[in-house]
Amino acid sequence: MKITTIKLLAIVVGGSLLAASCKKDDATPAATVYYQQQDQMARPAINTVFINAAAKDSFNTTIPSQQAAKFDYKFTNTLTAFGYVSNALGLGKAAFVGVLSTDVLSASTTGVTTFFDGTNVLTGRALADDVIDTELLLIFGGATGASNPPLTSDNISSNDKAFNTSFPYLASPW
Amino acid sequence: MKTKKILLGALAIATALTGGILYAADHIDSPNVTNQPNDITDLYVFRGENSNNLVFVGNTQGLMSPGNTATAKFDENTVIEFNIDNNNDKVEDLVIQCKYDAASNSIKVYGPVVPSETGTRSKLEGSVTASVAVTAYGAAAPVTATSVNGIKVFAGPRDDPFFFDLTQFKKIIAGTATGFLPAGTANDTFAGTNVMTVAVEVPKSLLGGSGTVNVWLETKKKI
Repeated sequence: MKITTIKLLAIVVGGSLLAASCKKDDATPAATVYYQQQDQMARPAINTVFINAAAKDSFNTTIPSQQAAKFDYKFTNTLTAFGYVSNALGLGKAAFVGVLSTDVLSASTTGVTTFFDGTNVLTGRALADDVIDTELLLIFGGATGASNPPLTSDNISSNDKAFNTSFPYLASPW
Repeated sequence: MKTKKILLGALAIATALTGGILYAADHIDSPNVTNQPNDITDLYVFRGENSNNLVFVGNTQGLMSPGNTATAKFDENTVIEFNIDNNNDKVEDLVIQCKYDAASNSIKVYGPVVPSETGTRSKLEGSVTASVAVTAYGAAAPVTATSVNGIKVFAGPRDDPFFFDLTQFKKIIAGTATGFLPAGTANDTFAGTNVMTVAVEVPKSLLGGSGTVNVWLETKKKI
């Protein structure tokens, strides 16, 4: 009983000393606060289409430099199931997997920035870019882009609100 | 016709393989973060109105109705982080970190700055380079701020700029439709919905690299 009391007292004293020292010593650096990755994306719909539900959280927390080694086979399997051979960029299956599985968005710092504008490919992503049609075309359109027409455009080609020419460019909310 | 059916069959099989319902861009794509403030919907990177600048847009909290938007908030325990690789090794050389501060109802921007560590764990790097009050839902005009080094920042609800007939795509995947609907009949599933946006416009001179940068967006939660 006595021992317990002494212990408790020690804790109380220790605690108050600790509290006092914290108050006094403002120069003591606070413990570093860390943040852990939850979600990640670069190119639209890549993770969504090619990574199955069970692996999404894993893909979302795998750094881009390790994505290819870990997930290439999933992209290959999906393209195989789609009957993929080549696309309008002339990418065979392995080459296309190589582009897709490292999910980063390339952006030009010198020229036009667009997902695809008929000339430039993957030099950024502008708000008005019809990224879904571009991806459908590259996945289902075959070497000429003319294959499977019912699947290569969703026929929604623009946003429901106009964008602005000045910062922050996005339209006001509904 | 036969080819199409085979392809659609393959599509259905592939979907079964890849796990069923497909969402779009990155909206509600991840079991761990769905419907949480750290759920990313989209990333945009484009040249600014001033072509010396590059604009980074990170959207979170997708498919919000106007009613839900009125009460939507950023999360004080989440960092929205643009990762920038300027030497094409797919490892971030610079980060731009956006962190909500509840006390001032503002977004604080850190960077572009070389991170002290790369990968899935981060801490806030350096000091605040720009800060902006969160634009309220229903505000007549967006609140923006520009720092002394030319960084512009905006944070608040915006119309989701993404557009896609996701409903029809799901029918195709389910095998109940053979293709997309014609223009005029097709419907934008994201019409009338909002997201929470963080937009940062940065002078290209602060980004390094030699003509191209690789960018990806991450949300990170306090541990």
